[in-house]
Formats: sequence, structure tokens, C-alpha cells
Amino acid sequence: MDLKDKLLSSFLAFENNVDLNSPVHDVRSEAIKNFETKGFPSKKEEAWKYTSLNNLQKIDFSVFPKQETVLDYKEIKKYFLHEIDTYKIVFVDGVYSSYLSETTHDGVDVCLMSAALTKPQYRQVIDVYFNKVASKDESLTTLNTAFSREGAFIYIPKNKVPKKPIQILHLATGNEAALMLQPRNLVIAEENAEVQVIERHQSLTGNEVLTNSVTEIFAAQDAIVDYYKVQNDLDTASLIDNTYIAQKDRSVVRVHTFSFGGKLTRNNLNYYQNGERIDSTLKGVTILGDKQHVDHHTLVHHAQPNCESHQDYKGVFGDRSTGVFNGKIIVDKIAQKTNAFQQNNNVIISDKATVNTKPQLEIFADDVKCSHGCTIGQLDEDAMFYLQSRGIPKKEARALLMYAFANNVLESVRIPELKARINALIAKKLGVRVGFEL
Amino acid sequence: MLQINDLHASVEGKKILKGINLEVKAGEVHAIMGPNGSGKSTLASVIAGKEEFEVKKGSLALEGEDLEDLSPEERAHMGVFLSFQYPVEIPGVSVTNFMKTAINESRKAKGLEDMPANQMLKLIREKSELLEIDRKFLSRSLNEGFSGGEKKRNEIFQMAMLEPKLAILDETDSGLDIDALRIVANGVNKLRGKDNAIIVITHYQRLLEYIVPDFVHVLHDGKIVKSGSKNLALELEEKGYDWLKQETVV
Repeated sequence: MDLKDKLLSSFLAFENNVDLNSPVHDVRSEAIKNFETKGFPSKKEEAWKYTSLNNLQKIDFSVFPKQETVLDYKEIKKYFLHEIDTYKIVFVDGVYSSYLSETTHDGVDVCLMSAALTKPQYRQVIDVYFNKVASKDESLTTLNTAFSREGAFIYIPKNKVPKKPIQILHLATGNEAALMLQPRNLVIAEENAEVQVIERHQSLTGNEVLTNSVTEIFAAQDAIVDYYKVQNDLDTASLIDNTYIAQKDRSVVRVHTFSFGGKLTRNNLNYYQNGERIDSTLKGVTILGDKQHVDHHTLVHHAQPNCESHQDYKGVFGDRSTGVFNGKIIVDKIAQKTNAFQQNNNVIISDKATVNTKPQLEIFADDVKCSHGCTIGQLDEDAMFYLQSRGIPKKEARALLMYAFANNVLESVRIPELKARINALIAKKLGVRVGFEL
Repeated sequence: MLQINDLHASVEGKKILKGINLEVKAGEVHAIMGPNGSGKSTLASVIAGKEEFEVKKGSLALEGEDLEDLSPEERAHMGVFLSFQYPVEIPGVSVTNFMKTAINESRKAKGLEDMPANQMLKLIREKSELLEIDRKFLSRSLNEGFSGGEKKRNEIFQMAMLEPKLAILDETDSGLDIDALRIVANGVNKLRGKDNAIIVITHYQRLLEYIVPDFVHVLHDGKIVKSGSKNLALELEEKGYDWLKQETVV
């Protein structure tokens, strides 16, 4: 049985465990119909030209883990940003681990999707927000919607700021030979609220994992959301990360994506601006080796005047790794005075690595500032000579230049401990001996 | 210390150096002057080991050791230092971190441990004071957004940190106002000693009022056409280079 059929039949089993009478289930039923019609995207589709899911579909993934696994905090501590105090929402093989988590309802809600989808007190919020910005058409998103049951639920009411950042950690223990996970997150920052979220998917063994994740983020007027995605998984773990963001007036949403590992990673990051003076920031650092593959597909839809978007993605590609960047910017006719910046710079350090980069601008307004630049190249020879002439050997000089190149993106990271961590990870990935402070 | 015999070098097939002979002894300061395009910067790059420059003929040795097959970093480890005419901007690497890396890589090449942090800090403090460099300056990205004067001062700061045997200052005076020139020259003079040597490449005599050379050489069309004492620099200032060009033709 192929993966699509397996998922369709699993949906029937899934229905035995959820409330079929809730409005949420109507959404799921619609979604599975869409997936049934469309199936997995193929390379024939323009958006999937450079990323093939064929091999993944041949793997016999378990859709539900058969047993629960208990993990000791010590085993997984390193996957947390443990240098600072944070709220934690931890899932082990897709199942919430209360033992490893620290949630709250103190003025803000940092808890579970399963609670939000079933408990009456969240009914109204779910009615207003659930599946409201996520695509009802894109097949993998609808697949996730069909199976949406668990994930992180974060609700920050008007004028509130949680006491500390929130970490979402999805762990796969390898209890199943191959496991498919479909977490569903919902993050809502009401008017003038603020929140910082770090999310990570981590496989703990060499068993295959496929995660098809959907996160919806809503930022109301003047809200500020910082979302950090840490993608540094094993070479047997694949991730399709779908993020949908709806912003209202003067809100700021910054998403940083750090892609350092994993077998296949596809990021679909979509911003919808529904107000004026909005700031949307998308930053990415990608450092790959071996046969790793990362595909960044971004969309920023400017639908109102006087808004900004800033995109800066940097990539370093070694060995036989492959990278894709496709940045789509739509500026509606009404969206005058839009400032949209997009930058994608790549350095290739191996003859066998490849990068495909494409800006895609659809501009219907006439009074806008849109700039974009995509580069693929090698390191600057003059800079190399300068470093070498100071006694820094070629290999180290190269590493240092790549480090500096990638590190530039970290300036906008607002959690210093996370910045230091990522900085150290970049150095390690590039083999730079940096014992130095930032 | 440095011995150059009949050196010919080309870049992208174009002959630039056409038979240079030069001997620099420990403790000496040599000035190399000459009009634009005469090959001054090429000579500096060839000594430092820039790969684009191909040595076609002749030899180049430091303290008896042939430099030709050595990489730029190996030459640096032997004590060659080039102060760049146009220092490269490297965003994302601070001056301090750059210097730490450079010093520790040189030490590693010599089989030494990393310099202890407190010693490094002391050295940085001492040398930055010598060049009148502000502490804040040291945490900025290397050369990024530096003024011309700041770049050159930073070059000499690096020289002071690395304590080279042979320092080549390539047009260190260009883009400097008189105060910066004095600071840079003062820094260089403090680094002069009986065990090291300095080659000053310049277009103008001005710098040589501050860094007084033992010998002055004039480079023209890839060759040294005249050598003399510091008075030659004054003569050049007065008469320009044309009389030398004519002399060569004759």
C-alpha cells in the first residue's frame, strides 16, 4: 500500500478517537477530501520542481505510534536552549509529555492543541482562528489539517507578554521503524501582545522520520512575534514545515530558520499582510553537507499600503548537498508604498553541491520599492589572500569567511543565548575554531 | 634578510616585473618609489605570495629560504607582513577576533599552544594604545565602514601585534591626513629594530619625512632604475619621475 492510501485508511481509524460532531471535524473532513483528490505533490508541479517526495513515499511509515516512550530529561537536555528559563511544550513521538513540559495558564495560555480543540473555553478562539490562514488547497497542508489533533497552542491576550520564551520540541524516539508525525501549532498574539517561540524537531535514532507540520500564526494590531526554527536533525529525518502567518496593522512577525541538517527539509513560509505599516521579516541560515537537501519556499503577500518585508537567506553548500530558494512577493494594486526587500546569497564549496534560487515578483502597484538579489558563488579571493597573509591557513580562512557570511543573519535574533548557541553551531558546522565572544 | 634576484613576474599573461634585484638587510628601511603602474604593488604582492602573480624567472628568498613555493600563510609564519593598500572589508569578523585567530594560527604553525587570554588582552591593549586606537574600534567588523585612516591604522596595529621580520607597507600613506600619518609613522618607527626590516612603498616623499629610509629605490616599468640614499626621495619630489624615465630611455 502506498503512503497516500495508508494515510487515507488511517483517517478512518483516526476518526474513532475524535469527536465527530465538533465543527473542527468538519474542517478535517473537508481537508482529507482535498488530499484524497490531490495526493502528494509531484515534481511536475512548479513549486516542487527541485524537491522530490517520491522516495519518502516508498517508506512504510507508521502513522500512529503503537507505544509511549518515557524519556529522561538528561537524555534530551541538549536539544533545549537550557541556558535560560523557558516554557516548554514537548512531544515524544507525537504524544504530549507532561513530565518534560512546563506549560502555563497564568495570564497567557501556553498549552496543547488537543486541549484547545476539545475544551469549551477555547471554542470561540478556535472558531475565529483555527485553519483560518492555513491553505485549504495545498495538499500537504490539508493532509495535516485532516489529522490535526496535537501540537502547541499559544494564546497571548491583549497587552500581555509571557514571562519567558516558549520552546516547542518534537522528539522521535525510533520506537517505530519509520514514523510519520503531523504536529499542528496555533500561535495567537492579540493586540499589542508579544511572544518569542523556538521550535525544534529532533529524531533520536537512525530510524526514518517524516514530519509534516503546520503552524498558524496570528499577529493582531501592534503585536510582535519572534519565531525561531532550529532544523538540525539526523540524516534519516525529513521535515515539511508549513507556516502561515496573518498580520494586522503595525504588527511585526520575524521568522528565523536555521537549517543545518536533516535528510530533506522543505519550508513553506507564507505571510499574509492584512493591515497597514506591517513589518514581516524572514531570515534564514542554511549550512549543508553530505546529501542533505533544504528547500525554502517563501511567500509574502502585500495586500495593504505602507508595509514592509525583509528577507535575507544565506546558504553554504558542501559535499553533494542541494539547496533551493524560491521567494515569491505579491504586491496588490492597492498596496502602494510597499517596501519589499529580498536577498538570497549562496556559497558553494564543493563541485557536487547545487543551488537553485529564484525570485518571483508579482507587482501590481506602481509606487513601491522592491529589491531582490540572488547570488551563487565562491568565496572572495582578495579576502582569502588578506586572511592568509596574516598567517591564517587556507582552510581556516575559508571557514572564517563562511562563518562571517552566515553569521551576519543572526543580528536580528532577540534571545542572546539562542544567538550564542546558533553562532556556536555555525562555527562547528564550518569547522571554525571560535572560542570568541560575540 | 630579503634577497631578490632578477625577479620576473606576470599576472594574467601580462609581464609586470621585469628583472628586480634587491637586497634588504636586517635593521634596514628601504623605500620603493615610482610612478603609477611601475609595478610597486605587484612587487609587494609577489613577496607576500598572492597566487594570481606568477613568478616567471629569478628568485626570492627570506633569510636564505626560497619563498617561491610557499603559501601566503607560510610566508606570514616566517615573518612576512604586508600592509595592504586597500585592506579588505570582512563583515562579521571583529578586529579582535581576527587578530586572535591570526596570532594563534601562527603559534600553531610553530608548534605553540594558543596564547593565554589574559596575555592576548594585554598585548591588544598595549598595541592599540601605540596606534591610538579606541577600544570600541576593536569590536567592530574588520575594516567594514572604516575610514581610510582607520583602515591604515588598523593595518599597522596588526603589524604591531604580529611583530614581523619583514614588513612591507604598500602605500600606507595614501588617504591619510597629517595627524593619522604621524600616528602611523610613529607606530612603524617604534617597531623598527636591528632584527627586522621594512620596505616602504610610496608615491610621495611625504611619508619618508616621518619614516626615514636607509635606501631609496625607484621602480619604473618593472625594474629598479635608480637607487640612492634618502636624498633621492627629495630629488624625486622636486623633479618628478620624468627625468628618470628619459634617463632610462637614453
